[in-house]
Amino acid sequence: MGKEMKYIRGYPEYMRESIALVEKTREKRAGKLPPQMTMDGREEVLNLCHPDYAPGGKRAISIGPNEGDIAPNEVVDLLEAWSLIGMDELDLDNIDYDTDILIIGGGLAGTSAALLADDSGVATDRILLTNKLRHGDANSIMAQGGTQAADRPNDSPIIHYIDTLGGGHFTNKPDVVKALVEDAPKVIKWLSELGAIFDRDEGGNFTELSGGGAARKRMHACEDYTGLEELRVLRDEFRNRKIPFLEYSPVIELLTDGDRVTGAVLFNLETGEYKIVRAKAVILATGGLGRLHVRGFPTTNHYGASADGLVIAYRAGAKLRDMDSMQYHPTGAAYPQQIIGLLLTEKLRTSGAQVINGKGEAFVFPLEPRDVEASAIIRECYIRDNGITTPTGMRGVWLDTPLIEIVKGEGYAQSAFPAMVRMFKRFGIDMTEDPVLIFPTLHYQNGGVETDPWGRTNLKGLWVAGEISGGVHGKNRLMGNSTLDCVVFGRRAGTSTAEYINSGEPAGKMTLEHVKRYNKMLKGARIKTDRKSPMILPDYRGKMALARMIDVF
Amino acid sequence: MEEKSVLEKIAEANRPVTTGIDGRGIENWVTIYIMGRAYKVPADLTIMQAMEFAGYRFIRSCGCRAGFCGACATIYRKEGDYKLKGVLACQTRVEDGMYLVQIPFAPAEKATYDIDKESYNGAALLKYYPEIARCVSCNTCTKACPQDLKVMEYINAAVRGDFETVVEESFDCIQCGLCAIRCPAEIVHYNLAQLARRMYGKYGLVEEKNVKKRVEEIEGGKYEKEFKKVMGLSPDELKEVYVDQQKTREVY
Repeated sequence: MGKEMKYIRGYPEYMRESIALVEKTREKRAGKLPPQMTMDGREEVLNLCHPDYAPGGKRAISIGPNEGDIAPNEVVDLLEAWSLIGMDELDLDNIDYDTDILIIGGGLAGTSAALLADDSGVATDRILLTNKLRHGDANSIMAQGGTQAADRPNDSPIIHYIDTLGGGHFTNKPDVVKALVEDAPKVIKWLSELGAIFDRDEGGNFTELSGGGAARKRMHACEDYTGLEELRVLRDEFRNRKIPFLEYSPVIELLTDGDRVTGAVLFNLETGEYKIVRAKAVILATGGLGRLHVRGFPTTNHYGASADGLVIAYRAGAKLRDMDSMQYHPTGAAYPQQIIGLLLTEKLRTSGAQVINGKGEAFVFPLEPRDVEASAIIRECYIRDNGITTPTGMRGVWLDTPLIEIVKGEGYAQSAFPAMVRMFKRFGIDMTEDPVLIFPTLHYQNGGVETDPWGRTNLKGLWVAGEISGGVHGKNRLMGNSTLDCVVFGRRAGTSTAEYINSGEPAGKMTLEHVKRYNKMLKGARIKTDRKSPMILPDYRGKMALARMIDVF
Repeated sequence: MEEKSVLEKIAEANRPVTTGIDGRGIENWVTIYIMGRAYKVPADLTIMQAMEFAGYRFIRSCGCRAGFCGACATIYRKEGDYKLKGVLACQTRVEDGMYLVQIPFAPAEKATYDIDKESYNGAALLKYYPEIARCVSCNTCTKACPQDLKVMEYINAAVRGDFETVVEESFDCIQCGLCAIRCPAEIVHYNLAQLARRMYGKYGLVEEKNVKKRVEEIEGGKYEKEFKKVMGLSPDELKEVYVDQQKTREVY
């Protein structure tokens, strides 16, 4: 960035010229939206610009249960890789933790699972929740927009069901979607009874907003700290119940008796020790994979979103689905540099903000399903060339946030979006006065380990819940269905594992037979690589420092 | 030479964010002191990005990287200034002469209680967190808060049993622990606020009628027949229902 560049209220002078064009058309645009796209229009823009559909960047998985399925190169690279542990390195007979239910990952899904298992008659000290970082360091805590639940009189679980299927291009698993939408009001009620505070109107009813692809207003929000409020309440309840948990202890491999999952190998990130867990049931709630930066996109995801659970489950024989489908959130921050890729909630658009090109034109209906909206923004920037280029070379279009107060009244932005207003203020921008620059960012793994309505997988002893699971969102998730997915299927996995434990399932033999089998497949497919997985954490160290690092201590 | 595809161009523009920063071509630099040791770093980075640029790979003190989780609580002082400031490393741009240290963990006490068995009054707050009565009104907690919350005000409100003010003033708390670490009265503000918010959410609000009714309807099987119907539709029929439904959208 040149020294001479002049900044006016957070923006360089040349960007101000485009902002002036946005301001000029604002009044005329207020309350008037461009038409929704037709189904054909949607398909056209997806094929042209969506990273999932555009050529390149992906290949067929060459081994395992999903052999032949297409997935992004970044994912296939981790699947076609060796275990982090050598076959004879570990002493599996020395058990460090003996438990009934091992839950891996402490976001909304894992924490809900622990609470429901505890409710369902499993002894509290026979549950163990393990976290890669701290309990709660998860994508869940960053969820802003809301949680869907069809509870208003003009809405119904049926309408929610159809919205979810349509948003997912009708590729979702219907029985799993039914569980999602039917449990949704129950989940909101449960969270409220635990003390979570959802936005209310003066009459005491929930204030509900619309979302991209949702036909009714059913987004339950807590300002723009929805995930934070939900998770800190669940985590507080979890701690009150004294359920055992570990932090800084990612799982680096599952253990099986050859077929059935019987435990896991944990790794103490700080001391380098491994720990052996014996468990009768394992719930993977490890979240997504934004930190793989699929197709070179920045991400909204937290530091540990690196597909670890997906990789170790696949090695153990779990079936995946829809792994060709990633979600790029239409409105990631594109400026300033310090916050590139971070999420600007869809709730901004449901509250009146419009997507505007560099010339001040509204070029897209602001509430298309996310994949369509993101593709239209990419088209505007790179094919129609109507974007703005930042000083670091990013292109983006405007999200006209000052419109929010024109639609919703003065003071609304500060009260409904304290997190967003705060973030931009930290970097010198007032988003209630000026628009903010956006570009799509890698947000969500639509597919994952295939699940049934109870979080069960094709492997005995293994459950999944939350973003790691595949089926409920098909090939595109709607806003407000992810926090919902986490709590619904976290609860269901907790209940289902408890039933399994209570039926008297004995513990199984713990081996790495499945890894041996996988290694054989790798060799058989002639995959020549020294890659190892899971990734655990990304590496953002500066190139200059890395070039001089030596390993002597 | 073949022209780069749209996606190649996007990947190229994002490379500094996705792979780690290459120092070449950067004009503006500042010097920061990480736990006392000086490092020259690009001026446009956050504290977190700058530490990574300097060669640190985080295990602790790095979570969501977006200002929501409180893992990267950081205290710094500027050269020539006596004041200690509390910030989030992922949400603060580096400045020349920053001396900084991260606080990855606050060894704070959290009360254990059964939310279903509490009575909704201020006495519960004092029962579990009696040290709030020791507040000396120094306002250090408020000054230490990276979210700019009025922490001392909500502690005073808690002493009065004013739940509403505690909820309002503490709602944006990310529980980083900086308030508790700096408090001379050893109050654990953020855990107290968590208890107060849960009690308010559970006892201070009226039961929401719509959701109660809907749960009853679902449990009573009201939608089963209709589910059976829509789940039996052919793909084309379902698509048609979807398109019609989208036409009836509620927007604002």
